[in-house]
Amino acid sequence: MTAVPLPNSPRRRGTNWEKWGWIYMRASGVVLVVLIFGHLFVNLVAGEGVKAIDFAFVAGKLADPFWKIWDTLLLWLALIHGGNGMRTLINDYAGNRPIRTILLVAVGASTAILIILGTLVIYTFDPCPVVPASQLELLPSFCPVP
Amino acid sequence: MSESQAGTLAKEKLVAPTIGLPKRPAGTLYRGREGMWSWVLHRITGVAIYFFLLVHILDTALVRVSPEAYNAVINTYKTPIMGLGEIALVAAIGLHALNGLRIILIDFWSVGTRHQKLMFWIVIGLWIVLLAGFIPRQLMHIFGGGE
Repeated sequence: MTAVPLPNSPRRRGTNWEKWGWIYMRASGVVLVVLIFGHLFVNLVAGEGVKAIDFAFVAGKLADPFWKIWDTLLLWLALIHGGNGMRTLINDYAGNRPIRTILLVAVGASTAILIILGTLVIYTFDPCPVVPASQLELLPSFCPVP
Repeated sequence: MSESQAGTLAKEKLVAPTIGLPKRPAGTLYRGREGMWSWVLHRITGVAIYFFLLVHILDTALVRVSPEAYNAVINTYKTPIMGLGEIALVAAIGLHALNGLRIILIDFWSVGTRHQKLMFWIVIGLWIVLLAGFIPRQLMHIFGGGE
């Protein structure tokens, strides 16, 4: 029995997931550079920067289909990119097998849960929700005055 | 080695074989100097950004709870300490993004590996330009300078 397969042995069948992971990191990376720098510019640089961010600011963005798609892409691409990166680090550094399994499951679970949570938030969000009178002034200016 | 030679060697005093370290690790991208340090920085910034991302999705999800809840949490992002934290965040993202583009060029550009050291210093240069633009702007926002 040889530890290393012979050079002329047939290739293993099935999808090469590591290869597709490698390609995904580069393809999503290029898109994320655009999406994240756009996100940072609009939220931290333009206007009053971070001080302008409040419920009304986010509601104004999420009322616009353009930013809904932008944020959805950001959510999915960034979380899977980050989760796959963490998987690489866990495989590199977690030598203990049970600990490695626990960490991999934790990363996989948090990726799945946050993608579902984030997507639900973006697509079930109401920019003009019914709120107690004390919070009416926190709503965006385009909401109808009751 | 013939048996007679081996017999001669066995009679001599046993000395542990000494293998000298190479003067410099040549022919590798990921050991020592720019190649290794860009790899180390890519991992450290990647982990930092990942944990911020987890928190950031959770804090933004509060828009679905109530305007009051979201504003209460997002207001903590406007304090001076968090303002400096946002500079660290942008610095980490900027380095990870620029070095990520360098990695793509190393992988796909036919002469990318040959220019990886130069590209590392270009990454550092662009990163300094990025921060030179962002840091004053952020300090103005946080400490309430000009509009």
